[in-house]
Amino acid sequence: MSTAQLLADDPVWLVIVKVVGIFAFLVVMTLFMINWERKVVARMQQRPGPNRVGPNGWLQSLADGLKLAFKEDIRPVLADKWVYFLAPVISCVPAFVAFSVIPLGGEVSIFGERTALQLVDLPVGVLVVLACSSLGVYGIVLSGWASGSPYPLLGALRSAAQVISYEIAMGLSIVAVVMSSHSLSTADIVGAQAGTIAWGALPAWNAILLPVSFIIYVISMVGETNRAPFDLPEAESELVGGFHTEYSSLKFALFFLAEYINMVTVSALATTLFLGGWRFPFVGDDHLLNSGWFGLLWFVLKTLAFLFLFIWLRGTLPRLRYDQFMRLGWKFLVPIALFWFVAVAFSRYINQAGLSTGLLLTVFGVVLAVILLVAFLLPDKREVRDPNAVPVTGGGYPVPPLDLSVPKSPPRRQPPVARLPTSGEAGVRNQEPAAVTASPKEAGDGDA
Amino acid sequence: MTSFLLQPETVGRVVDTVTTGEAVAFWVLGPLALAGALGMLFARNAVHSALWLVLTMLSLGVLYMVQQAPFLGFVQIIVYTGAIMMLFLFVLMLVGRDSSDSVVEVLRGQRLTAIVLGIGFAGLVVGSLARALTDVAPAGLAQQNTQNGGNVANIGELLFTDFLFPFELTSALLITAAVGAMVLAFSSRVGKDRKKTQKELVEERFRGDRVGSLPGPGVFATANSVATPALLPDGSVASESLSELIETTAKETLDDDLAEVSGDGHQADARALKGDQS
Repeated sequence: MSTAQLLADDPVWLVIVKVVGIFAFLVVMTLFMINWERKVVARMQQRPGPNRVGPNGWLQSLADGLKLAFKEDIRPVLADKWVYFLAPVISCVPAFVAFSVIPLGGEVSIFGERTALQLVDLPVGVLVVLACSSLGVYGIVLSGWASGSPYPLLGALRSAAQVISYEIAMGLSIVAVVMSSHSLSTADIVGAQAGTIAWGALPAWNAILLPVSFIIYVISMVGETNRAPFDLPEAESELVGGFHTEYSSLKFALFFLAEYINMVTVSALATTLFLGGWRFPFVGDDHLLNSGWFGLLWFVLKTLAFLFLFIWLRGTLPRLRYDQFMRLGWKFLVPIALFWFVAVAFSRYINQAGLSTGLLLTVFGVVLAVILLVAFLLPDKREVRDPNAVPVTGGGYPVPPLDLSVPKSPPRRQPPVARLPTSGEAGVRNQEPAAVTASPKEAGDGDA
Repeated sequence: MTSFLLQPETVGRVVDTVTTGEAVAFWVLGPLALAGALGMLFARNAVHSALWLVLTMLSLGVLYMVQQAPFLGFVQIIVYTGAIMMLFLFVLMLVGRDSSDSVVEVLRGQRLTAIVLGIGFAGLVVGSLARALTDVAPAGLAQQNTQNGGNVANIGELLFTDFLFPFELTSALLITAAVGAMVLAFSSRVGKDRKKTQKELVEERFRGDRVGSLPGPGVFATANSVATPALLPDGSVASESLSELIETTAKETLDDDLAEVSGDGHQADARALKGDQS
């Protein structure tokens, strides 16, 4: 019985229970993530991090959230009233909606009703996540525009360009996954990753079958969620706070919530698409580890691994410059994703056409030989230089070599010390120049 | 609404009639789409206009989903609202948030043409709608969505078999447009009057007659003005030490400064600071 059939006869109360459950899961994950991030980053920076509120400081984000809700809600004079109000809502709603297609677990029984741990299973499930992320950008862009202030506008412009660019790379990396699992439905993609490859040594995860797609997805998911090192829309050192500079109170909290939920969603999608979803690797579907609510446990663990990656990146990498970031997206990720996607299509065609191994090896050999031949025949463009030639300027003056070593300066002459008749006072005065000459600072000057 | 949630095996039960849910969805989304279209027309602000259009597109997307075409619905949302309208917004923001419609007619006879074409278009729409409501029997997609692996697989198969040529033509058209835009936007960077790179500037300077900077103006005991030229060792004037700006500035603009330097103009008075005791 497929997941879609299991879900089709869900009664209304079960759907409501699942909706509330997903909502609660996401909000709790946000509170947890904020704390976890602060603690992990603190540990990476050799400091304790939040440790006052609640056990070991784990309630700090809850306290912060409550405090945020009671702050004054400020609307700038120049702000566009309705759009300013709508923007946080627009950024928050798609973040929640995207999670509805993620399979959280296998077949379970809730109050006697057999169902799957998933809200809906659409035949176009992956597209839902992409659509939601593309709608979520509206929140950021509109907030920047409606604030009526230059920094948010700059942040919004950056964000629009960034998310559009990285969504292309993300979509292209997903295409290979869709091709290899013959479906756009998330539940089917998880199903296609069950089992093992390489004679049982490795799980049949797409991360192992399609490593290039996996890497491109992981890079573009960080870009898509505006997280460090790609957090240019809210670069604190350049744009104050980026698109949410003018927001305060609950509206700001909504942006915060949306950012963290987006992180959870892309991590969950990465788990679903590349790490076999909720299934425990190596064991079959009828095994105890894959039965009932165990799936939820594996799913959460895999998602947490990706979330840790987010934190790790933030604690480690400096922010990219904007042009470097765009170059990475358009000139590396997109072409590599395109080539990889063609290669995957080609290999699938070969598999289906059932060509013989000998023929395949011959074709590959010929292609490789042609590439090598072309590589050898291409002229070497490096110009040969006379190693003894002295570079000259346009006027014919010689230029000193770049690796010119400055000769050591001759030892400094000792200042003549007058020999005065020895008395206690004069002896002390006489020692001063000698002490100065012997100081390490002075001695070091001659070597520079 | 739930018809497209079902897998192909179970969809056979769905009859091709308008269900209550579909009717409700239509009567909610239809007015919304219409309101979005009207709002787009009548909004003063360009960004508000774009937002109203987004509402229309979203409503259309959801309508497609309700009418058993989930793929089309989500692609509508991803492509139109996600990419195209986002680009529109992007451009509107670059133009500036306070720019609004200009009411000046730039094309000759624009209004007349617009009215004629608008009436013609309305006639076409009404005609085709009338025909669709009377002559055409609605087919529904329930049958199609059950065969050959469902909605998405069928669309894919059609795109890459029967409609391959139009599909490729469309993509060629789009690529042509993109390349054309790039050529227009970047032609100034490769042409004759392009901006030189830093490396080219340095090389040009070193290949030229003067490697260093131009001599500064002369500063002597009698003058510290930028208008005083520097003198060469043989006593001649180094003409390049004078800024071109000085030669091209009209003398009248400097009258005040001249008067001040020569002492004819308004003199600063220490007593002026205490206005009441003069």
